[in-house]
Amino acid sequence: MKTRFALCSLCLMLLSACVEKDQVLGSKKDAPAFGGTPNGFSVKGWQGGDKNSWEQQLRTRGQYGMNDHLRAPD
Amino acid sequence: MARMKFICDAERCIECNGCVTACKNEHELPWGVNRRRVVTLNDGVPGEKSISVACMHCSDAPCMAVCPVNCFYKTDEGVVLHDKDVCIGCGYCSYACPFGAPQFPGQGTFGMRGKMDKCTFCAGGPEANGSQAEFEKYGRNRLAEGKLPACAEMCSTKALLAGDGDVVADIFRNRVVKRNKGAEVWGWGTAYASQQAGQAPTAQPAQPGAKK
Repeated sequence: MKTRFALCSLCLMLLSACVEKDQVLGSKKDAPAFGGTPNGFSVKGWQGGDKNSWEQQLRTRGQYGMNDHLRAPD
Repeated sequence: MARMKFICDAERCIECNGCVTACKNEHELPWGVNRRRVVTLNDGVPGEKSISVACMHCSDAPCMAVCPVNCFYKTDEGVVLHDKDVCIGCGYCSYACPFGAPQFPGQGTFGMRGKMDKCTFCAGGPEANGSQAEFEKYGRNRLAEGKLPACAEMCSTKALLAGDGDVVADIFRNRVVKRNKGAEVWGWGTAYASQQAGQAPTAQPAQPGAKK
């Protein structure tokens, strides 16, 4: 009896490796980007959580990084 | 904030493929998947132009309209994203997209294509922002890090502009005024205008007093 139980447990354990990951049908809710990320790659001096601050950060970065007429005026 | 948009300035693009490389590196994309490509218009003809093309995050995205499993969603900033856990890799979005944005990795069983992959405007996917799961499926979430898409930030001539539609349009308009040419923005009308490419123009109401 004990051997049978042990054998069944072993089989279950081995078979559990064949189980697929859970999938959710329909789009999951996505967190807004202004919330920031805890991964440590955020821009220095900027912290997530405030929508206005995030929008301002992107605008400033866009103007500084892409508007060369602003960086080197005529 | 206005919607997130891409503009590629054909007068400035030198076909260096820096944007393509930046994208592949940033998101560690597999072999065969190119979220961004540089396309040459009128190749070989004097005055040829190059543009960098990826998902334009259309206002009225045709990929969203044709997806049979509704895996697409749009963020508040107008970025078109999709859920790879829902995507079945049918390829309908690939046929619908006017920019050839949807990509399909080919390492599936028996050579079958896998789940669709496309430009995310560096905004990740439905997984937690900045998580490992999000990175593995969709790549880096630069927007949540307070940055703009890597392709535009790495562009050596600043031909590719990305970000708040008002800001990029303002930068581009200023350039056009200063150089007095090159106002054509390839793909802008298809992606962001209310009238889609190939769609019949809507009838305008007759103006009172207009001659017939």
